[in-house]
Amino acid sequence: MIVARTGNEAMAEAMRQINPDVVAAYPITPATEVVQLFSKFVHDGKVDTEFVPAESEHSAISACVGASSAGARVMTSTASQGLALMHEILFIAAGLRLPIVICLVNRALSSPINIHCDHSDSLASRDSGWIQIFAENTQEAYDSTIMAVKIAEKALLPAMVTTDGFIISHGMERVDMVDDAAVPKFLGTRQAKTSLLDVDNPITLGALDLQDYFFEHKRSEIDAMNNVLPIVAEVQKEFGEKFGRHYPLVDEYKMEDAEVAILAMGSTGGTGKVAVDNLREQGKKVGLVRCRIYRPFPKDAMLKAISKVKVLGITDRADTMSTMGGHLYNECRSILYDSDARPLMKNYIYGLGGRDISIEDIENIYAELYSIQKSGKVDTDIVYYGVRGE
Amino acid sequence: MASLKQLASQKEKFLGGHRACAGCAATIAARMVLTAAEQPVVVGAATGCLEVVSTIYPFSAWNVPYVHNAFENVAATMSGVEAAYRALKKKGMVEKDLRFIAFGGDGGTYDIGLQALSGMIERRHRVLYVCYNNEAYMNTGIQRSSATPRGAHTTTSPAGTEIPGKIQIRKNLTEIIIAHEPAYAAQTTIGYWNDLVTKVRKALDADGPSFINIYAPCRLGWAYVPEKTIKVSKLAVETCVWPLYEYENGKYKITVKPKEKKPITEFLNLQGRFGHLFKWRDDIPIKEYQEEVDMIWERLLKRSAQ
Repeated sequence: MIVARTGNEAMAEAMRQINPDVVAAYPITPATEVVQLFSKFVHDGKVDTEFVPAESEHSAISACVGASSAGARVMTSTASQGLALMHEILFIAAGLRLPIVICLVNRALSSPINIHCDHSDSLASRDSGWIQIFAENTQEAYDSTIMAVKIAEKALLPAMVTTDGFIISHGMERVDMVDDAAVPKFLGTRQAKTSLLDVDNPITLGALDLQDYFFEHKRSEIDAMNNVLPIVAEVQKEFGEKFGRHYPLVDEYKMEDAEVAILAMGSTGGTGKVAVDNLREQGKKVGLVRCRIYRPFPKDAMLKAISKVKVLGITDRADTMSTMGGHLYNECRSILYDSDARPLMKNYIYGLGGRDISIEDIENIYAELYSIQKSGKVDTDIVYYGVRGE
Repeated sequence: MASLKQLASQKEKFLGGHRACAGCAATIAARMVLTAAEQPVVVGAATGCLEVVSTIYPFSAWNVPYVHNAFENVAATMSGVEAAYRALKKKGMVEKDLRFIAFGGDGGTYDIGLQALSGMIERRHRVLYVCYNNEAYMNTGIQRSSATPRGAHTTTSPAGTEIPGKIQIRKNLTEIIIAHEPAYAAQTTIGYWNDLVTKVRKALDADGPSFINIYAPCRLGWAYVPEKTIKVSKLAVETCVWPLYEYENGKYKITVKPKEKKPITEFLNLQGRFGHLFKWRDDIPIKEYQEEVDMIWERLLKRSAQ
């Protein structure tokens, strides 16, 4: 069914179709509309979900941990400060191997306080053990939310699906929704290996784990993360076969013969694709790579994509505060170390706090990449694009 | 009224072999609470002494389903467990009639967990929250909490040469909880097993959120010999430092009225944490603590008479 939906509406619709057992959430500033839209579904009897309107994001994710430990299918939604407040419990959810799914709207972390898009919130939790999926548009946000439940439950790891604040969350787009009945059929019911509610087989969850066992348990969690990409590929394949929309681990756009390329994540991937089309019309061989799955990092697929070109502009919508540029830049430089083909690279930190990035901006970046190709060298490796005085 | 024989003949739900100190009241409280429960229970614990001593991997003292999440969120965690229970019961995926109990120390309840507890009660989750109150952060090194009484020595409110222990009075958490209008709220202590067991059963029968504040002497932090735990617990009641009462349906009831209200010094002088007060240059700290105890007791007498 083709409908017009904002990113928030599309994610809320996906949640309605998933019909989770428990949703616990809190509207921190900036609040995500996903929860209030979902609350309406609860009060209109469109879902069977037990909704826990928590008194903070910390309690919301804590309740999710409790509910998921009890064997329930559990979801929540948050953004920015809310995810930061959840930070402590994100690690616990992953360590306890609970397949909770968060619909996350990427919005800048304070300070200064701001409610608009950047990736500082989601990327600050990149090391928490959560699978992270960055959607380019509303359709992908909707599809990925459904897929994330299956991926998380197969991997026994929590997952967050992110949309870019306002750009996707509030932007109305065309969405092809699958039938209500098809979603539960695609997902099945959660088959938890253990449950706190199984009083005949009592388990102790969250035990104190000291020097003699902690490392083995952490190692097994890392191993679970090692197994995620094949699971993602399998679920994406199944989703594609059933619903006709196919998703890659790393999205390559017109990369077959590209000379220069941009690497982007989130909605900028979509903006960049328009710039690629424009420049292709002018005969320029440009391409775009979009990081869709950020955690775990799709090393092989990414390496295959980015090592093809001579010059790569890596765009990051957050800074690592390491003085070494953005997240994608650092990770891509790292994976290229062992590669024979290594493009010249330049890092463009852009769009912090919702500063707009236009098609024209991206065309300018491509022009710069061409001049790097021509000169054969990168003068400044990290630039802050669109900042006054730069 | 429960019979000790009947209670003692049950299968243990909180087992021995854990690593609590000799004379630890927190573990006595946990065992008593679980013994009192007549329905199958699911337990959550906040980070703290009870959690640390009872679940050092690969061992567990809990013979019932148990979850530990973090320090400040046991009320939220158990809210989630209870919500999952309702969701899965509705779908026929759980058949049994279960009860939910959250355990937190005073640090995890009065201080860092207060917001989560307030939320749990306001949302009316049918969970019994048990605070084992030993009046300081015993697990982390005896730091002061908002449950620490006036004058007590802790490592962050030390008995100094200029300041004799904690300056401020205790937070009256039970009254804060009562202001939420829970289905049941009470104070008890381990020295009165029948009072404790009766209150736990009432709380688990109450159709809504319930709260029991269990006074749980800590021989380490309070600095007394381990065999005195029960005596200290009883003296807290006899001096009205820890009144035993309950609140349900808008009514207060004192459940154990001391025959003769003893001066708090009889309670204080058993414990090293108050030792410095008896050598202090004036009687102000002890007097202020006595005044606080008297005020709260008088108010309770009035409220329970209504």
